[in-house]
Amino acid sequence: MSAVISETHHDEHPSGIKRWLFTTNHKDIGTLYLLFALLMFFVGGAMALVIRAELFEPGLQMVEPQFFNSMTTMHALVMIFGVVMPAFTGLANWLIPMMVGATDMALPRMNNWSFWILPFAFTMLLSTLFMDGGGPAGGWTMYPPLMLQTGDAFPFVIFAIHLMGISSIMGSINVIATILNMRAPGMNLMKMPLFVWTWLITAYLLIATMPVLAGAVTMLLTDKYFGTSFFNAAGGGDPVMFQHIFWFFGHPEVYILILPAFGIASSIIPTFARKPLFGYASMVYATASIAFLSFIVWAHHMFTVGMPLAGELFFMLTTMMIAVPTGVKVFNWVATMWKGSMTFETPMLFALGFVIMFTIGGFSGLMLAIAPVDFQYHDTYFVVAHFHYVLVPGAVFSIIAAVYYWLPKWTGHMYNETLGKWHFWLSTIFVNLTFFPMHFVGLAGMPRRIPDYALQFADFNAIATIGAFGFGFAQLLFAYLVFQTIRGGEKASDQVWEGAHGLEWTLSSPPPYHSFTTAPEVK
Amino acid sequence: MAHAEGQYYIPHGSHWPLVGSVGLTTLLVGFASWLNGAEFGQLLMLAGVVITLVMMFGWFGTVVRESQSGIYNAQVDLSFRWGMFWFIFSEVMFFAAFFGALFYARQYSVPWLGGEGDGAMTNSVLWPSFEAAWPTAGPGEVGGEFEIMGAWGIPALNTAILLTSGATLTWAHHALKEDKRGQLALGLLVTVLLGVIFLGFQAYEYGHAYSDLNLKLSSGIYGSTFFMLTGFHGLHVTIGAIMLAIMLIRVLKGHFTSKNHFAFEAAAWYWHFVDVVWLGLFIFVYWL
Amino acid sequence: MSNAHLKPAVAALSGAALAVSAGGAVAAWEVNMPQGVTEISRTVYDLHMLIFWICVVIGIVVFGAMFYSIVKHRKSKGHQAAQFHESTTVEVLWTLVPFLILVGMAIPATKTLIAMEDTSNADMTIKVTGYQWKWHYDYMDEGIGFFSNLATSRAAIENRAEKGEHYLLDVDNPIVVPVNKKIRFLVTANDVIHAFWVPDLAMKKDAIPGFVNELWTRIDEPGVYRGQCAELCGKDHGFMPIVVVAMEEPKYLDWVAEQKAAREAEMLASDQEWGKSDLMARGEKIYNTNCAACHQANGEGMGSVFPAIKGSAVATGSIQGHIDLVMNGVQGTAMAAYGPQLGDVDLAAVLTYQRNAFGNDTGDVIQPTDIKAAR
Ligand code: HEA
Ligand code: HEA
Ligand code: HEC
Ligand code: CUA
Ligand SMILES: [Cu+2]
Repeated sequence: MSAVISETHHDEHPSGIKRWLFTTNHKDIGTLYLLFALLMFFVGGAMALVIRAELFEPGLQMVEPQFFNSMTTMHALVMIFGVVMPAFTGLANWLIPMMVGATDMALPRMNNWSFWILPFAFTMLLSTLFMDGGGPAGGWTMYPPLMLQTGDAFPFVIFAIHLMGISSIMGSINVIATILNMRAPGMNLMKMPLFVWTWLITAYLLIATMPVLAGAVTMLLTDKYFGTSFFNAAGGGDPVMFQHIFWFFGHPEVYILILPAFGIASSIIPTFARKPLFGYASMVYATASIAFLSFIVWAHHMFTVGMPLAGELFFMLTTMMIAVPTGVKVFNWVATMWKGSMTFETPMLFALGFVIMFTIGGFSGLMLAIAPVDFQYHDTYFVVAHFHYVLVPGAVFSIIAAVYYWLPKWTGHMYNETLGKWHFWLSTIFVNLTFFPMHFVGLAGMPRRIPDYALQFADFNAIATIGAFGFGFAQLLFAYLVFQTIRGGEKASDQVWEGAHGLEWTLSSPPPYHSFTTAPEVK
Repeated sequence: MAHAEGQYYIPHGSHWPLVGSVGLTTLLVGFASWLNGAEFGQLLMLAGVVITLVMMFGWFGTVVRESQSGIYNAQVDLSFRWGMFWFIFSEVMFFAAFFGALFYARQYSVPWLGGEGDGAMTNSVLWPSFEAAWPTAGPGEVGGEFEIMGAWGIPALNTAILLTSGATLTWAHHALKEDKRGQLALGLLVTVLLGVIFLGFQAYEYGHAYSDLNLKLSSGIYGSTFFMLTGFHGLHVTIGAIMLAIMLIRVLKGHFTSKNHFAFEAAAWYWHFVDVVWLGLFIFVYWL
Repeated sequence: MSNAHLKPAVAALSGAALAVSAGGAVAAWEVNMPQGVTEISRTVYDLHMLIFWICVVIGIVVFGAMFYSIVKHRKSKGHQAAQFHESTTVEVLWTLVPFLILVGMAIPATKTLIAMEDTSNADMTIKVTGYQWKWHYDYMDEGIGFFSNLATSRAAIENRAEKGEHYLLDVDNPIVVPVNKKIRFLVTANDVIHAFWVPDLAMKKDAIPGFVNELWTRIDEPGVYRGQCAELCGKDHGFMPIVVVAMEEPKYLDWVAEQKAAREAEMLASDQEWGKSDLMARGEKIYNTNCAACHQANGEGMGSVFPAIKGSAVATGSIQGHIDLVMNGVQGTAMAAYGPQLGDVDLAAVLTYQRNAFGNDTGDVIQPTDIKAAR
């Protein structure tokens, strides 16, 4: 099937605010997603800084405990649904059509809607902080009955989550339709770049799990306002039932937050190693295995709820299994570097940082998977350390790496390499300063989600807070770099990177408004 | 705008998505405010519904016009197919959450409360007089005693109605493929009518449950799962029937050809999906 | 946070990996899991260290290969890129080897888990109930029951007073248990989910309203073991510690006898006529442990959600209305029913206190017998 667009289309160049509000162009929409994610990163980050500031030393200094809890809750919701997911979707929008040789996304109008739901959803979510009774404060996991004690914010939070779900589902449908239907002739599935593969599987995970989350929060809503008893033992329900439904969504969700990152690393590392990706096929199978396993491990978040022994064993063993395909990926990346001809531009630095620190987070994940020991780790800062390693130097680093890697392609300008390297080293040092000590306090017994703590945790908390502020300010450098590059700079070549391969590098930098007006030949 | 055969149609900018966002947000903010006891909530909801409807007419209208003008090629058609397929899959997963709740309650929470397995202490310490059974309103008898709807009355009839409607829809589809417009319109009309009859029965059933059986949304876990599952299903039947009704109007307006009628097929897929969900409901909610 | 405090901490961090490995040696820094005082807790600790070391070794191998390649195979050193991109042998190998390692971990893990879940043949049973934000302990065989509240003062938390050694980890009434006995805990909750956790005993279980979870322990050494609620349960989740005092059996039996005697005395006291000043003194204590978290020590409440007691229409209005509200709580709000939670004397005292403190000078005195009548 060929993908050709008539010339008349190029004449139409919408401008001004309408271009952005009404756009059906994958690049415009990708840009919107990415800018939205950047904005939300500072919002969610500012909340993290409130958390860290309160935890700088023992005692209550800055905020009320209730507000502290709603900061924790909102921080997580904003970071997950407002930063990492939109950033990945933005990358998908920019890159997938260019990578598979298409003109645009398959369903452009719906693409616009997927994005333009988000600002509304987040306005709704953030506005709850100013409502009677404060914002949601039951944790991002929203466990009942505690979540049912939320004040006026309650229905707004639920509906904001519904909206985010609608947005994600439509976005994912678009990604799948594009990948399955818009590939250039010759681009068969096993020739697709891994970023495209990981997104295909991510989109599947999203469509399979977001509706389940929608169902779960709908049950919360009816339990609070319409007298149902889903999560109420007196009526024959069970508060733990919510946790099962939530984590059936929640665990695949964490892979939604990492699979595209794997795709990004798999694009960047071969480029700067100047060597083809090692084990392409096994990468694809590993991604699929992770996705499959992700549906049958959910209750490792609930080892302490009092499941029957057989359940605990099952979920422990399946969870441990995930280390195998993930290991395959890590080994493949190392083998790709092995005997390469490596250079270390900023994208590569972030990708390497990603591989190392994600693996550290993976190791702590594996430790958490061991149920009898998880009884000690569960709901402590050890868990917080685990997931920030996989999320911040994991998912967020991969996004930053992707931006450095493709920004010259998108804007036609080279970013400032020196500043980029500064950004990397500052980020890496501070991110470890922030999250590594959390392993220690967690093991020593500091519970998570507390605004105040016993004296023996004081030193490491102070360090973590210093790290967090350092890391936060390092990101201002990132924002500066991005806008500087958008506005100008050294002209980037079409291929940009010496070792880059793939269809997106055959387009001009910046690429034309409609990516491939004639379908490229793929050998 | 000229589009030769074989080109993938990329629409220009559209304001409908934004209108849709405004509509949905208005609707939900209204609903939330209403739940919080604000009087303007309902008005806002109404406004939201109106805006959303305007958006749907506008958006779908545009798509219909574009489709009729022939600028969609086979590849565009396939994109729509994938889109509809995955949308229905997402709906399946939405229902899965509620079926999951039903199975969990029946297999785990209610037996535990009754003292089975690991629940011995739960039962003897907290709910000593409770015996696990299904249906139940739980050990706290939330909502009071109730009777349940027998499977072999209206529900069985409704099963027959929906299955028949699936058949009449398939008949209509065949007619469309063979260009028999009369049979097509008739088939669609019968399908929509069967859908409406189904909804009528369901409404009657709900009335009966509330006024005679004391079976309510608040009747413990049984009432919760019963009404949420059948309620969301009913909502989907309503949506499906509206979709089919619009197809009927388009048929009467002379839209669709024997080769090119994806909108019709999409509505039909949706209807079959609603049908299958009903079978699940009939078996697990009413029968077993 | 003094500077002197910080420096050694930074030093400890730079030697991070070392510090973890040297677990025991730098125990003062609390960088590792406690070994605890039960057989189970030591097994858990060993399992934790085992997996930790396996991860360290794998990490050294993987990162070692990576850094070797980063150092040696770089363009600036003139290294030419090889072009290989698959090898079935190594790919099978690095799928199988990790799998076998995992099997090696799973075996001891499974054994430990099975042992932990076996609550049969317990010598005694204590029912633990989580409340927002305190614990209630019920010695099922002895008929003793009491609440356990945070003992750290508000002043210390708000930095107006010195923070003591056991800041936030001190309670008014600890759980007292004998050593070398298999103790079974039945864990449940009254309002929202809490989690019962004492690190030294390596046990953590969620306390779920409407359900009872079981866990057990057998403590080897007499001592005081401190833990905290480990499931977010609202505003004061960080302020509901658990303290277990383990003692030799004879001492434990003495404690039980003492508790029973105190109970008797309390029963008698509730039939007596109490003087206003006694009630006020006791009421202030009860108020500060039970009510001040929401209504504040000065009675001014917090925002619109937690109403003031000072000048409250209820606390200065009809006595019966006040008794009803406090005993039955307010449905759908955080105001719990205190009838089942507090004894007659305590309720009488706190009600009297509310009616006369903060300038609510109603002059009313509520007697324990009034409460008894209202039950
Ligand atoms: C990007 C997100 C992400 C990712 C990728 C992961 C990956 C993993 N996670 Fe994590 N996790 C979270 C995000 C993530 N997690 C979050 C957000 C939470 C907390 C939620 C909340 O409560 O708020 C959480 C919590 C969490 C828990 C619950 C802890 C608790 O609450 O008590 C557990 C328990 O099993 C767990 C396990 C794992 C495992 C086994 C992996 C594995 O996928 C890791 C696999 C990787 C490796 C193992 C490293 C590389 C492998 C090799 C080099 C091969 C050789 C290795 C061996 C054989 C050991 N995670
Ligand atoms: C992708 C997800 C993601 C990301 C990126 C982050 C990023 C960070 N997170 Fe968080 N976090 C979660 C997901 C994430 N987190 C989740 C899921 C939870 C669990 C929630 C729960 O328990 O329910 C959690 C919880 C959590 C806690 C535990 C809270 C508690 O248990 O009470 C802490 C504590 O330190 C923390 C810290 C941080 C820090 C310091 C960062 C930093 O990396 C952030 C760095 C960024 C910035 C600092 C922004 C920079 C901005 C400026 C410097 C300028 C300021 C600007 C203005 C004021 C305009 N996070
Ligand atoms: C968890 C928080 C919390 C605790 C602890 C608490 N209360 Fe309350 N209390 C509330 C809330 C919330 C209300 C408001 C209920 C409503 O909306 O009517 C309230 C209302 C009251 C009122 C009525 C005030 C008025 O003017 O409406 C009285 C009297 C009262 N509480 C007494 C007590 C006593 C006595 C205790 C301790 C034994 C106590 N409360 C502990 C949350 C709490
Ligand atoms: Cu109780 Cu947290
Ligand atoms: Cu998980």
